[in-house]
Amino acid sequence: MTKIYSKKVIEHFKSPHNFGKLKNPDGIGKVGNLICGDVMHIYIKVGRDKNKKETIKDIRFETFGCVAALSTSSAVTDLAKGKILDRALQINKENIIKALGGLPPIKTHCSVLAIDALSEAIYDYLAKNKRKIPKQLQKKHKRIKRELEVIEKRYKSLLKRK
Amino acid sequence: MAKKRRIYLDYGATTPIDKRVINAMLPYFDKKFGNTMSLHSFGQEAKLALEQSREIIADLIGAKANEVIFTSSATESNNLALKGIAFANRKKGNHIIISPIEHPCIMEAAKWLEKNGFEISRLSIDENGIVDAKEVEKLIKKETILVSIMYASNEIGTIQPVKEIIAVCKRKGVYFHTDATQAFGKIPIDVNKINIDLLSASAHKLYGPKGVGCLFIRKGVKIEPLFHGGGHESGLRSATVNVAGIVGFAKAAELCKKEMKKESKRQRNLRDKLIKGVLENIKDVKLNGHPLKRLPNNANFSFSFVEGESLLIQLDLLGIAVSTGSACSSDKLLPSHVLSAIKLKPYQIHGSLRFTLGRWTKESDIDYVLKVLPNVVKKLREISPYKNHETLRVSEP
Repeated sequence: MTKIYSKKVIEHFKSPHNFGKLKNPDGIGKVGNLICGDVMHIYIKVGRDKNKKETIKDIRFETFGCVAALSTSSAVTDLAKGKILDRALQINKENIIKALGGLPPIKTHCSVLAIDALSEAIYDYLAKNKRKIPKQLQKKHKRIKRELEVIEKRYKSLLKRK
Repeated sequence: MAKKRRIYLDYGATTPIDKRVINAMLPYFDKKFGNTMSLHSFGQEAKLALEQSREIIADLIGAKANEVIFTSSATESNNLALKGIAFANRKKGNHIIISPIEHPCIMEAAKWLEKNGFEISRLSIDENGIVDAKEVEKLIKKETILVSIMYASNEIGTIQPVKEIIAVCKRKGVYFHTDATQAFGKIPIDVNKINIDLLSASAHKLYGPKGVGCLFIRKGVKIEPLFHGGGHESGLRSATVNVAGIVGFAKAAELCKKEMKKESKRQRNLRDKLIKGVLENIKDVKLNGHPLKRLPNNANFSFSFVEGESLLIQLDLLGIAVSTGSACSSDKLLPSHVLSAIKLKPYQIHGSLRFTLGRWTKESDIDYVLKVLPNVVKKLREISPYKNHETLRVSEP
């Protein structure tokens, strides 16, 4: 039995919550890169609650990555499901780490990746539906795109081999 | 409650000490505990054990006893070989050639030498991990003093064409060192038949204790020591000798020599059963390393579309211990340099698992792995965004 990870991380890893695809998702967030070894896709379906506020009606994830990556993806879907979009955007990496009962410091980036994937899914929904995109979210989206370009540039030779 | 089944398939990382080795070592902890440099009978009986052990280790590789010195580990032996030859031959030249799939101790020692006035060339390898002797010949120049290539890869099991490479080195008057840590005790090595100048090995890879290694140095080859002090090991490795450990190393080596033919055949059969079972029952999987020229106990696979640490921990939860070359599993978050060097695609490097069999691996262990592994891979592929090459092409830049 592994002692590197907390009990909750292993629980999520053994039986991940909300994995798989959604039929006709309203928003898709794709982050990470195969070269680095972590890729997360988050799919959301957006509905309206009784106050007509837009909420995450349903959410799924697909992840290629280590134990931490699979667990943070699973945990972020639990935290985001049913939340109105504004509240979902406030979920931070500390929330995920707390929900998992801790993460080894070297794996903190997996919790950041999960937040990024959720942000991108919400960004995608807002952009597709021509909604106003909060400034913070726009900044985040730009940062994520920029980071991906840097990785692709750095590993151009590796990509060429493909 | 039923005892949970535990299957160790990481003998390449380390091995349990054989009971026969433990028994051989015991008297040297509290009965024959003397310092080998002491002139009295306590010292001399310890010295006798040291010299007898030296003969046994030398015998395993066809060397003379006075050509073997003891160190703390293969890491120390490798550092001693590279830096020792480098500094002893500075006047002759400063160029060293290594393969790109050496153990980190060779790679890091070479990097350190680069910062200290030496030039290092790193060879290329083919997709099976084999070094081309012709490339070695091309790279050797007037300033070359050493070529260092591991006898067999700890990661992918590939056995190098050492005989051909040494022939080139001899023609050009360059020393040849090999890190034989994984091959020593598993396959026959004769330092005279193939003219090796220096060879490193370690006890804990062959059912001996951790903390003991050796370095074979052909008579006439001069090296600068790393440790200066009381002059132990012919002045090449000062420090009070770890007699108990060395006695254990010798016993382990003796047992390996005796059982090598039978054991290598038995492990090879189990390894081949594992390889056949994995390749036949799991899709999108590749065997890494040379299909034939490989260590009898090594099977390294790449499972596409899933990640190595996840595979490893799933197997660990089922009681099976293996290792992986994925980036997420390393301290530095860097993927295995060996798997990168044999030009695997990123999704193959990250999804690698190394199985290394050993003396206590049973057929039922292999059967159990073959029973559970396909489902482990299937479950992780269900969670992965990549299910096949089609999804890879569409999703990836």
